[in-house]
Formats: sequence, C-alpha cells, structure tokens
Amino acid sequence: MNHYDLAIIGAGPAGMAAAVTAAESGLQVALIDEQARPGGQIYRNVGSPALRQREILGPDYYAGERLVEALDHPQITDFSGAMVWEVRTDTLCLTVDGQSRQIGFQRLLIATGAQERPVPFPGWTTPGVMTCGAAQIMLKTSGLAPNGPLIIAGSGPLLLLIACQLSRAGVEIEALLETTPRRRYLESLSAWPGALRGWRYLLKGASMLAELRRRGVKHLTGVSQLRAEADAEGQLCGLSYHRGGHQQRLDCATLLVHQGVVPNVQLSRSIGAAHDWDEVQQCWRPRLDPYGETTQAGVFIAGDGGGIGGALVAELQGRRAANRIANQLSRLGATEFEHRANSLQRQIDFQLAIRPFLDRLYRPADEFLRPSDETLVCRCEEVRAGEIRQLARGGCAGPNQAKAFSRAGMGPCQGRLCGLTVSQLMAEASDRPVAEVGYYNIRSPIKPVTLGEVAGLAADQDQQPQAPQIAEPSAVSNYQRSVSR
Amino acid sequence: MATVSNFKRLPANAAAEVCIWVEGQPVTAREGESVAAAVLAAGLGPTRTTPVSDSARSPYCMMGVCFECLMEIDGQANSQGCMTAVEEGMQVRFQRGIRAVPADTDTEKSTEKEAGENR
Repeated sequence: MNHYDLAIIGAGPAGMAAAVTAAESGLQVALIDEQARPGGQIYRNVGSPALRQREILGPDYYAGERLVEALDHPQITDFSGAMVWEVRTDTLCLTVDGQSRQIGFQRLLIATGAQERPVPFPGWTTPGVMTCGAAQIMLKTSGLAPNGPLIIAGSGPLLLLIACQLSRAGVEIEALLETTPRRRYLESLSAWPGALRGWRYLLKGASMLAELRRRGVKHLTGVSQLRAEADAEGQLCGLSYHRGGHQQRLDCATLLVHQGVVPNVQLSRSIGAAHDWDEVQQCWRPRLDPYGETTQAGVFIAGDGGGIGGALVAELQGRRAANRIANQLSRLGATEFEHRANSLQRQIDFQLAIRPFLDRLYRPADEFLRPSDETLVCRCEEVRAGEIRQLARGGCAGPNQAKAFSRAGMGPCQGRLCGLTVSQLMAEASDRPVAEVGYYNIRSPIKPVTLGEVAGLAADQDQQPQAPQIAEPSAVSNYQRSVSR
Repeated sequence: MATVSNFKRLPANAAAEVCIWVEGQPVTAREGESVAAAVLAAGLGPTRTTPVSDSARSPYCMMGVCFECLMEIDGQANSQGCMTAVEEGMQVRFQRGIRAVPADTDTEKSTEKEAGENR
C-alpha cells in the first residue's frame, strides 16, 4: 500500500485546484477520479473535447483547460479510471481496471461535486427521458446531440445553457418549458442586493435568454404537471403539461429534464460526517468549518459537494482546503496561510453573492420536491410516492425504516435518486421538519464491487510490489498519456 | 430490440473508431466514449428491463449516479454502461429482468434468467 500526504477524490475544478496548490506546498498528492481524464462534469473531457466547433460549448467550458494543464506536476500521482468504494480513517479502497487496492493518506479531500437533483414526475423513467446534464456530457465526450422532436423542461441556469448549446449546434428544439413557479420571482426579490454584486452572472442569464429569443426557440414559462407518455413499445412519444389553465400536449422523442444540482453526499455520509438540511437549497450539505474540514477530523470537502456554488467557487475552495491541509502538516507557515486564506475568502464571498438570488428563484416547484402519489420515487425498486406517504402516516420512524418496509433506496443507485424525495415526503406526511426525519444511512461499499475485488485487497496487502496491472503510476505525472486503457 | 431515438453525431475532432458488439450486432463507436453513449448513438434500446415489473429503461444521467444503464459488458453483469469506456471487440448485452448468482462458472447461462425469478 502506498501512502500520500493528501488523497483527493474527484478531479473536477475543486480537486484539480487543490492538487496543484498542495503539490506546490510540497505535499505528495494522489488525485483520484472515475473518469479516464480530469475535468469533472463541468470540464468533462476538456483536455480532448469531441466537438470541433468551440463556440457550441462556449468559453466557460474551455476555461477548464488551464486547470488540466497545471496538473502536470511531479508531486501529483494520477489515479484515473479509479472507482473509490470505501473510505476508512487513514486508507481508502479503490478499483482500477477490475483490480482493487488501498491507498493510505494523512489527509483526505472529498471533491465529488454535485449530482442533478432527482426530478420525479409521472413517466420520468420512460426511455427517452434524460437529464440536461446527461445531454451535456454526451456533447462534451462524444459530440452527440439528441434526436428530435426534442423538448427541454425544468428550471435553473443549466436549463438555459443546454438549450443555447444545442441550438448553437444546429439541433432543433421543439419547446423549452420553464417550470419555475411565477411566485419565485417575487420570493427572489429580497436577494437582489447580492444579485447586483454578482452582476456578471445576471448578465450571463440575460444573454442566454436573448440568444434563445434570437434563435427562435419557443420558450414557455409557467409550466406545471409534466407527464411523459410512452408508446406501445415503452418508448417516449409525448409530453403532456399544464399551462395557462389548460392541459396541453406535444410529441417528442427526447425529453431533457432539469431542476438544479445538489451536493453528492454519498461519500461524506458513508464516513459518518455530520450533515445539515439546507432549507434554501432544499438539500443536505455536510457540516464544514471555514476551511472545508468535516466533523471527521482530517477529512475535507471542497466544491459543490459541500454546497452548490459553481465551478469558480469550487476552484477557490479547493485551494483554500489545500492551504489548510499544508498548514496542518507544517508545510505552510501561519502568516502565509492566513494571508492566502483571507484573500481566497474574499473571492469566494464575491462569487457566492449571486447564490441567494439563484437559490430562491430556482427553488424547484413543490410537485418535484414532493410528487403526486402515483409518481415513482425509487426508480430501482419501483416504489411510489403514495407508498412512502402511507408509511410515514402509519408511524414509520424515518427513511431507514421505510427502506426496510418498502425497499425504497435499496437498489443499485443506493438512494442517490430517491433519498431527497423520500425524506421530504416523510416530513410532509408526518408534519415534521426534514432535518428531524433524516436521511438513509449510507454504508460502504458506495459503488458496486465484486467479491473478487474485496478479496483482492488481501492480496494487495500481502504482496509487494503489486501485480503488473496495478503497478504504481510513475512519479512523473502521466496526465498527458493516451486515454485508451 | 427496437430502434429508438438515436443521438446524432455532430462534426467532431478526429478520434479512432472502435467496433463493439451490442446484442450481437456491430456498432461503431468513438475512442474514449462510454458504452452507454455508443448504444444511444446507434439508436438501440431499451437497454434493460427492471427486476420488479419488467418495465423498459435506458440510460438517464450518464454520470454514474442513476444506475439505469446497467448492462452485461464482456460477461460482467450489472456494469455501468456510462462509466465503461468502449474497447475494440467489446461484447455488450442488454439485461432483461433480474440477474442470478451464477450456479457455476458458466455465467452466460445464468444471466438469461427471467424477471421475477429468485425474488
């Protein structure tokens, strides 16, 4: 087993920035990511983008190039294509190419970012319904665009961005249906002072709306009650929705949905770190100190995994956490540490000024937070909202008991797509705060592993050096290598 | 297996072509892309039916979160199609219903069990 001063899980903006900052302080860093290339989801594949036309994804995407280039540092060891499935006090277990191994660390930074908020509505499991994030990943990694007729429906900045990007790529959009409830515009008024400080973001939003108008994309607001319809073969064929007091319907072959992003808390929950319910962002967020350290000493979180702030904030938080870790490990003096920490904090505060406005404006409609009884909540085990409500009314203590009774959250996604909804439904039905209802107990392995992979750890401990397939990557960073593995 | 809404390839930077086999038919993919993306580009699906009700599903999140794209890849059942990069000659099979624990080393047979069995 090899030991590192710092192990970083996730090579998105937070993880990449932290790796470079820590390496420059002299720390030995292991940078681990499931993908073959660094970038995370926001800068996915930015080192070798599929699309020939750079205008389609725009400059905010290619801003990730400089972060990827900086990773070429001798103190950073690249573990790409590596799936972490268990984190212990000072070691973690991962699998690369089917071979499991352990890595020892003094400090751990979880930079696993966000996932899209689950968007339950009747028919959301129908083949042909996908998330806006999925469509973006296809653009970034494969240069693939969904076939029409295409409808994009939901709420949030990414909804407008993907519509612009697909439109620039020449993809026809049948309709862009906005589900943001009209009263959110009023509710967000109180956050205008912060929004004005973050005027650059407001400008981006306004220019996306203008671009969609210019391109002639039909943009309908005040949409509710989505229902995906399937043909005889089970494939998506249409979307019905409510607007202006009428039930309406459009044919579609692809429906892209989105209701914002939420922290991916699978790993932080599996190590027993404390989490709090964020009423404004309607999600759980790990409890962090001012530098990103969790309630588990030595384990830090930076980026969207600690609360949604976006790519630029993630990068700054990554550097903040890395400085703190270097300081704790006596590689960075107190004066320089405080100087850097103050400067980073000012930049983070400035970048976060827009958030209260965005969080209030794009808080999902209640029908997506607590869907109708007929709606499937747990996609894996096919448990409906009505069943969860019934359990809560019958006195079921919380999501973990509901899991035992209904199997909601027991499938392969381990509650990633139903956990938020189940907590909110139980809170509503039993008239308790979500914070009191709680969340699933998440236990390792947090990704599916074979018995062979678990057994392989023993071999990893016994035999030094390891088998050839899992030979230690060379000390020289190998981010420039070919992607094929 | 129905041909469903296929994704279109936009003008892309050069990348090597990789041939994989999906349900016995050849599919040309782009080096570095995921099995799930290659399957969607070929317009194939649904990629699985559920263990509970045998209802049709296809890839949903493309980032390893939803586990809707579980497929049998080179004999390994329940592999995440969106997290597995295509490799030349890769054999991909769609999953119908629940998986079964292999009774012997012949995993080919045991992965063909029908929905509901073993539950």
